[in-house]
Amino acid sequence: MEPATVLKRTPFYEFHRAAGARLVDFAGYEMPVRYTGDVREHVAVRTAAGLFDITHMGEFEVRGAGSAEWLDLMVTNHVGGLAVGQALYSPMCRPDGGIVDDLLVYRAAGHHMVVVNAANLAKDFAWLAEHKPPGISLEDKSDATALLAVQGPNAADVLRGHVPDAALELGYYRFTTGALYGVPATISRTGYTGEDGFELYFDPSHATTVWNGLMESGRPHGLELIGLGARDTLRLEMGYMLYGNDIDDTTTPLEAGLGWTVKLAKGEFHGREVMARQKAEGLKRRLVGFQLDGRRVPRHGMRILSAGRSVGAVASGTSSPSLQRPIGMGYVETALAANGTALEIDNGSTPLAARVTARPFYTRGTHHS
Amino acid sequence: MNFPEDVRYTREHEWAREQAGVVTVGITGYATDQLGDVVFVELPEVGRKLEAGKAFGVVEAVKTVSDLYAPLAGEVVEVNGALGDDPAAVNRDPYGAGWMVRIRVAEPQAFAGLLSSTDYAKIVEEQHR
Repeated sequence: MEPATVLKRTPFYEFHRAAGARLVDFAGYEMPVRYTGDVREHVAVRTAAGLFDITHMGEFEVRGAGSAEWLDLMVTNHVGGLAVGQALYSPMCRPDGGIVDDLLVYRAAGHHMVVVNAANLAKDFAWLAEHKPPGISLEDKSDATALLAVQGPNAADVLRGHVPDAALELGYYRFTTGALYGVPATISRTGYTGEDGFELYFDPSHATTVWNGLMESGRPHGLELIGLGARDTLRLEMGYMLYGNDIDDTTTPLEAGLGWTVKLAKGEFHGREVMARQKAEGLKRRLVGFQLDGRRVPRHGMRILSAGRSVGAVASGTSSPSLQRPIGMGYVETALAANGTALEIDNGSTPLAARVTARPFYTRGTHHS
Repeated sequence: MNFPEDVRYTREHEWAREQAGVVTVGITGYATDQLGDVVFVELPEVGRKLEAGKAFGVVEAVKTVSDLYAPLAGEVVEVNGALGDDPAAVNRDPYGAGWMVRIRVAEPQAFAGLLSSTDYAKIVEEQHR
């Protein structure tokens, strides 16, 4: 199959090729989906450390007086409550409560950085630009930003001696700036795996220095290269959202179980009215986690049944390497959202027995909270 | 990528090894590379008649699901039950322990019509480019 357009490449592309990665089109980028094997890579992150190229993600810089107040109008979580050096996760919603994207907001000394999903980059930028008041500047820094994630219980050991000591003392969702293998970087204790770890932002011109540095200091700590395949199984074991699968323009944060990111008390924001109403009146449907017996894997879009009746659809599904069983998430009627509820997944041939389970599915992660 | 020369191939990435009118069938190393870690294989019952080119089973990997296609018409005489507990054998040893079914072929001469290792390698190269 020929790509319709020329795919973008990250500055680490040649390293992926040299490592034998299988590369796929992901949000317009030629990205590594797998190096050695999904399960092996997954286990490396749970037990040692893994390196992810996530340069495809988008970074916007927001500057100007009133930036925090404006961002608070755009997202559901409370940007105004951030101290310098702190980050937060938030949905960004439309007035009807639908989710434009889920993103990170970093409060730096002189600006805010907003980190968005690659697939939504253009949409997000347009949405923010359209709602931006004069006096605040919004700049897309994505092409000037390389982004790697080091995740796993050994992540700090991999970086020790190659970042400022203070970076290793950071709490979860805290960040600092400093030298990373001798080059300027933003070092953030964040991730999408449930393990301890760091996300590293730096200028793409330093890509080779940082990559080679990580390869060398990572070797004694079991650092392995991790593709998008394992990134998905890792995040799904934690019940983390994947935009386009679990959340989108038609779902609200409350339905998705992201109520903890919706700060009704902070004042006005896009979608507040809808979310206040949902909170008061209750939800018609909810995103639930479920586990299955056997080995067959639930897939995005499969119908969820209860007593033979269609009650929703699978949002995400995979075979969990840690639990060694299939897991998934999907939207069901609220009456069926209680833990232990028996459901069936219609995979087209056999109905698969599933049971609603609390998230995260995997509870032994090493991330700092 | 190397493909064993003691088996023949299909465009759907199955391999077939013939012995006394019975053909053992599995999926190729290229197929397992594309699929990733296999977590489940659904195989037909012994005795089922298969049509050439028609789906006879399902292989599920972590990220994808794919049908299995019969390289030749015939009757299933044995299935690899060991894959029930150890589907990873398909990745580990696709041409050996990862075999899937044995078929008593309806027309033994049809086996020679399957792709050679060289021809299959060319097809993979074209698809992969």
